[in-house]
Amino acid sequence: METLEQIKTRLGAALPLTKLDILPNECPAGERSLLVESDRAFDVAKFLRDDAQLKLDYCSNVTGIDWPEAKIKTKVKKMVLVEGAEKEVEETIETLRSGHLEVVYHLYSMELKHGPVILRMRTENRTDKTHLPSLTPLWRGAEFQEREIFDLYGVIFDGHPDLRRILMWDEFVGFPMRRDYVAPDDFEYEPTPHDEVLVEAKKHYPAEPKAEVKA
Amino acid sequence: MSSLAAMPPKSFEVKPKLDESGTPIGELLEISMGPHHPSTHGVFRMDVVLDGETVVKLKPVFGYLHRNHEKIGENISYLASMPYTDRLDYFCSMTNNWAYALTVEKLAGLAVPERAEYIRVIMAELTRLQNHTCLIGFFLQDMGALGTPMMYAFREREKILDIFESVSGARMMCNYMRFGGVRVDVNDEWIAQTKKVVSDYSKFLDEFGTFLTENEIVLARTQFIGVMPKELAVNASITGPMLRAAGVNYDLRKVDKYGIYSRFNFQVPVGEHGDIYDRYMVRVLEMRESIKILEQALRDIPAGPVMDPKSKLRGFRPKPGEVYGRVEGPKGELGFYLISDGSPNPYRYRVRPPSFVNLTVLEDMCLGHRISDAVVILGSVDIVLGEVDR
Repeated sequence: METLEQIKTRLGAALPLTKLDILPNECPAGERSLLVESDRAFDVAKFLRDDAQLKLDYCSNVTGIDWPEAKIKTKVKKMVLVEGAEKEVEETIETLRSGHLEVVYHLYSMELKHGPVILRMRTENRTDKTHLPSLTPLWRGAEFQEREIFDLYGVIFDGHPDLRRILMWDEFVGFPMRRDYVAPDDFEYEPTPHDEVLVEAKKHYPAEPKAEVKA
Repeated sequence: MSSLAAMPPKSFEVKPKLDESGTPIGELLEISMGPHHPSTHGVFRMDVVLDGETVVKLKPVFGYLHRNHEKIGENISYLASMPYTDRLDYFCSMTNNWAYALTVEKLAGLAVPERAEYIRVIMAELTRLQNHTCLIGFFLQDMGALGTPMMYAFREREKILDIFESVSGARMMCNYMRFGGVRVDVNDEWIAQTKKVVSDYSKFLDEFGTFLTENEIVLARTQFIGVMPKELAVNASITGPMLRAAGVNYDLRKVDKYGIYSRFNFQVPVGEHGDIYDRYMVRVLEMRESIKILEQALRDIPAGPVMDPKSKLRGFRPKPGEVYGRVEGPKGELGFYLISDGSPNPYRYRVRPPSFVNLTVLEDMCLGHRISDAVVILGSVDIVLGEVDR
């Protein structure tokens, strides 16, 4: 199969003005991935599916990932003048990563038996701009998996034919797979509450009746 | 594959049939099959709209066994997830273990000793045998052969579960594989016992085949029912015996050659029509191929260690990175996607369950068939709700 750089060059020629990044991966297997802008993602995916050399006809896996806002510490080596002599000093730089939700597609080809090409797209933030284009019109196999990501992460897939909750019930509020999700205070899971469960459970007990005064 | 065209989204509006003057004949009946129904193989519900007895709309509803397996995986260490994978597809715990171990090995760059690779192949193929056997039993139960075929299937399954029990201590929740090998070694006695079970298995398959393969009722209930075209199967990410029954030769044991599958001589059975009968037949032939693999593996298994000395179970912290690993489970492609941030827990732990994705086309297969056929079609998909709901 072509390398990711070759695919990127050909994508750039076929779809000009598309911003594409190749993300590194440091693990031994080292499968790198292609990050696309969400508004061009559908065209990129269509190209990958229909291109004669790639023919990525099989969308194996769709994953949602939550990246909340975080301070990322990176260590940088710097030359500093200390008492007239140059010395190497390690400095830690903190950068603020804006929060976003990410969806990853693992694409393979059943016809040419190669892969994977890993496609990622990101939402603008985690609160109100969580729209991404649905790739279900291209690969039906993404239908349930995108529904699952909508259900558990709250990514809204535009163009999905049937976007409903799939594992949780329809009335459920919240997105349980997000990193900051707090499970509701379920005091009843312990049949005989004790210790901290008892403290929690007592909040739900009715107020103790006042001692009745005999007339 | 001739065309790669995407399948158009289905229309959700359904109307009853019209007579010549354009007035509807009768009314549509909406019924909810399940979640507690013997034919749904667990707590699974189908919202079916019927015109007479014909299915005009079908929506699968699940999530009754949902426990957020992936969130649990993010909150515990890599090793602690291993017993949880047993509970995904509780018929095939050995394959689930292997898929997870394989992914973590890819993430951390661990090598597996020769003997452990052979043991893994033997376990995976035994799992495939018992899964397909049970499936055929259940499947006949769905067609109305109550009890008897399932008892015969379970009789054979017991023998394989005994093999699992004698090496891992558990019959179903084996928790046997570790990153970089397997937990305990097998002895010669165990190999002799397994050889005997494997050599007897073809006899059982012959017996099963005599009763079923040309059985008139089986033919009438399965041929040309629930047909899935090749293009739809590929487009909808169907994997496993269902995909191969539709005529696509795609088996990860041949494509990825994970483990040591490139050393064995076996074939991949492929169907022609993509109907229920092909799905049944592909599974039967796959069992015959599994027996071939097992005979070769049991003959060639070398002596040696069963764990990579570099792997450590406690304090395991792989370097940051991400990896997707997949194996050919009995039900289809079972994948794990892990993101490590260098901490003892995975940052993201994702399971790609085969039967969850295979359910995508349930409606397409059932439309236009009778409600009693919908039961058999669901049986031929081979779902386990522990894996669908996670």
